[in-house]
Amino acid sequence: MTDPEGPRGRRVVVTGMGVVSALGTGVRAHTAALDEGRDGVAEMDIPDLDRLAIRIGAQAKGFVGEDRYSRSELALYDRTTQLALAAAKEAMEGAGLEITEDLAPRAATVIGAALLGMGTIDDNYRQVFQEGKNRVHPFIVPRLMNSAPCSFVSMEYGLKGPAWSVSTACSSANHAIGQAFHLVRSGGAEVAVTGGVEAPLTFGTMKAWEGLRVMTKDACRPFSKGRTGMVLAEGAAVFVLETLERARARGAEILAEIAGFGMSADAGDIVQPSVDGAARAMQGALVDARMAPEEVGYVNAHGTGTAANDRTECQAVRRVFGPQADALVISSTKSMHGHALGGAGALEMVALIHALRSGVLPPTINHLEADPDCDLDVAPNMAVERRVGAAVSNSFAFGGLNAVIAARRFDG
Amino acid sequence: MADAATDEDVARKVIEIIAEQAVLDPTEVRMDATPDELGVDSLGLVEAVFAIEEAFDISVPFNANDPTDSDFDISTVAAIVSAVQGLVREQKG
Repeated sequence: MTDPEGPRGRRVVVTGMGVVSALGTGVRAHTAALDEGRDGVAEMDIPDLDRLAIRIGAQAKGFVGEDRYSRSELALYDRTTQLALAAAKEAMEGAGLEITEDLAPRAATVIGAALLGMGTIDDNYRQVFQEGKNRVHPFIVPRLMNSAPCSFVSMEYGLKGPAWSVSTACSSANHAIGQAFHLVRSGGAEVAVTGGVEAPLTFGTMKAWEGLRVMTKDACRPFSKGRTGMVLAEGAAVFVLETLERARARGAEILAEIAGFGMSADAGDIVQPSVDGAARAMQGALVDARMAPEEVGYVNAHGTGTAANDRTECQAVRRVFGPQADALVISSTKSMHGHALGGAGALEMVALIHALRSGVLPPTINHLEADPDCDLDVAPNMAVERRVGAAVSNSFAFGGLNAVIAARRFDG
Repeated sequence: MADAATDEDVARKVIEIIAEQAVLDPTEVRMDATPDELGVDSLGLVEAVFAIEEAFDISVPFNANDPTDSDFDISTVAAIVSAVQGLVREQKG
């Protein structure tokens, strides 16, 4: 955890963001759906659906790579890269950031993804194992690698500084954004393009997730009595981070300030969550941000909709926030955009920044009845209009790797 | 064995599967024991259910999200055996 008394370095702000999710392509579509409480989950459109027990997912059906990229690009871009590049484009255009020759070596790229290009793996395994083909396309390796989205984003914008991908299961995006934030804050880079992506809605990946038996067949109902598990999703969100000083000097629109980042490991169980690990990550983010619990008005929950996560997360929030736990709103936007694994924290960061800017805190939809194990204000089914000064976004991964980001509204 | 599995065959196989998860000899698995008493945790149960599905070629309605609330009774070894016998009759009878 950050030394409570130690120096923090430079202030870091978000000046651009872009997103693709089941709720739509672009920040406007994604956030309008969050405000309305629209459910992005539906029957999936993938091969061999009839052989799956779980047939629903949060699929970005409106996003068609073939409409956006050339044939030669598509040969190199798995759907993960396609989604990441679309989100990066919106973020870079929104930020209006020019990557000059001087800036390029000081511009970082940090992208989180839990898995590889699963569509590429599925398609090519099918060819060699099922159809008996003896050769595959020459670019399968660069197409499927976990770091491909990071590489292609850096190539697209000429970002020549530190660049790496982060894979910490369902915390990948928050770890990526948090590390990018620390890098810019410490002077390790001037600007960073960061976020997370996942495209796991393939037959093989779904089969693996079915095996865990934590997936719901009807709807994702975080914090609700009668919840039956999680829903897998695809999507990407990317952000432009830079120092407050640089953003002001170039007159950029500032969307929010990233204030703190906390990490922890449960060092416990490979699938069961822990109150202690989750609480220490949240506490770490608050300390790093020099943020009092009373300052926080909204928590974007990890909120997967499994019995174990939701119960544990609520206990951890009570432990960290004390009396403030009853004053703040905590909601799970996974109820709408599903669980995008390594991209989840990024989709949720868009929700968090939107909540800080608009004063509309997104709901937890599909909520049937209050659960005594989750006795917090989870904004059931309806968004809450409330201006808040600070908010926290939780990601707690399988394997106990936790990453929490704290952000503040920016009023100039 | 799936086609001709008698209740006795099913019981023997299910006990074998549970014993393997519990790292016990099948003779040490008491019918009134709970999975917890045998040292079978939630991960072990998910693996046992998978092994049962594979052994009998059936589908078991077990949700690890809230095991006590699923349609598949896992309260004791006897309950699991009886539930699997029912599923085999239903799906293979």
